[in-house]
Amino acid sequence: MALPLNYSLRNALVRWRSTIATVLGIALVVFVFVLLQSLAAGIEKSSSNTGDPRNIMVVRKGSTAESASLISRQTLTEIRYFEEIARNENGEPIISADVLVLASLPRRDGSGEANVLLRGVTARGLELRPQVKISEGRWFEAGKREIVVSAKLAKRFANFDIGQSFKTGSATFTVVGWLEGGGSAFDSECWLDADECLSTFERDMYSSFLIQPSDEGAGEKLIARIEADRRFKLKAEKEVEYYRKQTMTAAPIKWLGGFLAVMMSVGAVFAAMNTMYAAVGARTREIGTLRVLGFRRRSVVAALLLEGGLLALVGGVLGCAIAFYWNGYTTATMGMETFSEIVFEFRVTPKLVVEGLVFAFIVGLIGTLFPAIRAARLPVILALKSI
Amino acid sequence: MSANIVTIRSLSKIYQQGDINVTALDKISLDIASGEFLSLMGPSGSGKSTLLHIIAGIDRPTKGECRVQGIDVAKLNESQLADWRNQNVGFVFQTFNLIPVLTAYENVELPLLLTRMNRAERRKQVETALEIVGLADRAKHLPKQLSGGQEQRVAIARALVTDPALVVADEPTGNLDSHSAQEVLGVLRTLSHDAGKTVIMVTHDPKAAAFGSRQIHLEKGELSK
Ligand SMILES: Nc1ncnc2c1ncn2[C@@H]1O[C@H](COP(=O)(O)OP(=O)(O)O)[C@@H](O)[C@H]1O
Ligand SMILES: [Mg+2]
Repeated sequence: MALPLNYSLRNALVRWRSTIATVLGIALVVFVFVLLQSLAAGIEKSSSNTGDPRNIMVVRKGSTAESASLISRQTLTEIRYFEEIARNENGEPIISADVLVLASLPRRDGSGEANVLLRGVTARGLELRPQVKISEGRWFEAGKREIVVSAKLAKRFANFDIGQSFKTGSATFTVVGWLEGGGSAFDSECWLDADECLSTFERDMYSSFLIQPSDEGAGEKLIARIEADRRFKLKAEKEVEYYRKQTMTAAPIKWLGGFLAVMMSVGAVFAAMNTMYAAVGARTREIGTLRVLGFRRRSVVAALLLEGGLLALVGGVLGCAIAFYWNGYTTATMGMETFSEIVFEFRVTPKLVVEGLVFAFIVGLIGTLFPAIRAARLPVILALKSI
Repeated sequence: MSANIVTIRSLSKIYQQGDINVTALDKISLDIASGEFLSLMGPSGSGKSTLLHIIAGIDRPTKGECRVQGIDVAKLNESQLADWRNQNVGFVFQTFNLIPVLTAYENVELPLLLTRMNRAERRKQVETALEIVGLADRAKHLPKQLSGGQEQRVAIARALVTDPALVVADEPTGNLDSHSAQEVLGVLRTLSHDAGKTVIMVTHDPKAAAFGSRQIHLEKGELSK
């Protein structure tokens, strides 16, 4: 039979100083782990939430980013009336020709300028991306120098409040609304009228087409048809596929998170081990007494593991709680392809919390295992003699 | 005339320290009658604790045999020995050895956690044991809230709570003032006189030894009288 839980608990409480140190150490490790993984989760969300599985995305073959892709107006007129493309109630083909431009704009905090991705879109483009909504203000009007900026970017750039205006290209745009991309890549963009965008930046090429095919089979055919046509030199694939490859991969952050967690957990394991070795050393006689009373080695090991595991779990809960404080917090980085500001949220998912707690518990157990084994190895008789 | 509870035949214990052999016990033979209160005396280093530990199943002899209630304790394996100690021996230490984070009640209850007793049965046993040592009103106290004499009486309660046949005490008054020592010795004598337990007490204090019904002396690992 096991030693009472109270025994483990109160021993941890009695040496509260080292207990707090251990708990905080483990909390820190779990915090870093959960926070970095929640960042990775946010990035993954932004790529997964961006595409519609039905839609087909078309860019120029070989272009690394949508903003680096160029497609002529001529191509649009040719593709536009392909019969695989769905039509809306007015009989117009549902195809959005977008223009992407990078604009260097001043940051709100005055720390210089950063690139922002501007997307020139048409009404079709809005229809095809229903996850993008207006959170404040209104959409831009076609033919006017109006712009809608991402609400998340608005917090980071100067003159992005509704009613303010800023100069870019050859024109000055007035901010008329804030858009909310639901965690998608569009949260890192500003949208304006496609024709205004072409003229302001003196462009005569589109960047991408987004097409809604009439059905699944038509989508496959359309992809094959566009890809096969030598004149176009275009790359067509499902929108979700495109963004999965295109949006920033979360892999480096996951890797960094994992690496830091491993490095720090080694530290935490040693810290926990140190604490527990000291605890065992101070309790040599007590452990011997328990053995004299008839408690088995494994009862002693279990009580000590429980003690270490409990501390670690408390640390884990604390670490997760601190990380959760950042849940939904928006941050930004520079996109690898466009060098534009990419925003995303920390997403502390339930899965991450569980992982963090399990992680903490394992750190605690490993840190306690060796001291516990040492305690169990003590011959009963020696345990009684040490003062 | 009651039967012998402990029979010891040519028992030797030799410690090896590097190249040197230390003979702690040298071919000892001894019978202890059931219900006896035996005082084991002798100067420091004479092997008293060693002998007590072997009888109590905490240490193993090098040669010879020690039977308790007919059982050759040295033949039990580690976990059998743990169970045997739990059921048959109560141990009282010079330094009390109460678990500091547990209350008097919880300390006394510890050995019962290893039995099949349920909570209510354990409660009855613990309360009885605390009453015997006169500390029923200190059940909720932590060891540090008790005096030395009270701590040792809690330790005695813990030793007798499983109702063992044998209670062994190693210098139980060594860390106590004379008043507390009297109390503790009185409790041990009651155990033997009234409860019929066999008590073996190591001491080098003749006044303490006088509480026993028999005294034996160890000298350099040999019985001198
Ligand atoms: N673990 C041990 N290793 C080596 N020698 C020991 C050990 N335990 C006891 N001894 C030696 O055995 C002898 C008897 O010790 P002990 O039984 O503790 O004596 P007492 O209790 O009478 O003071 C002493 O000489 C002591 O040094
Ligand atoms: Mg001794």
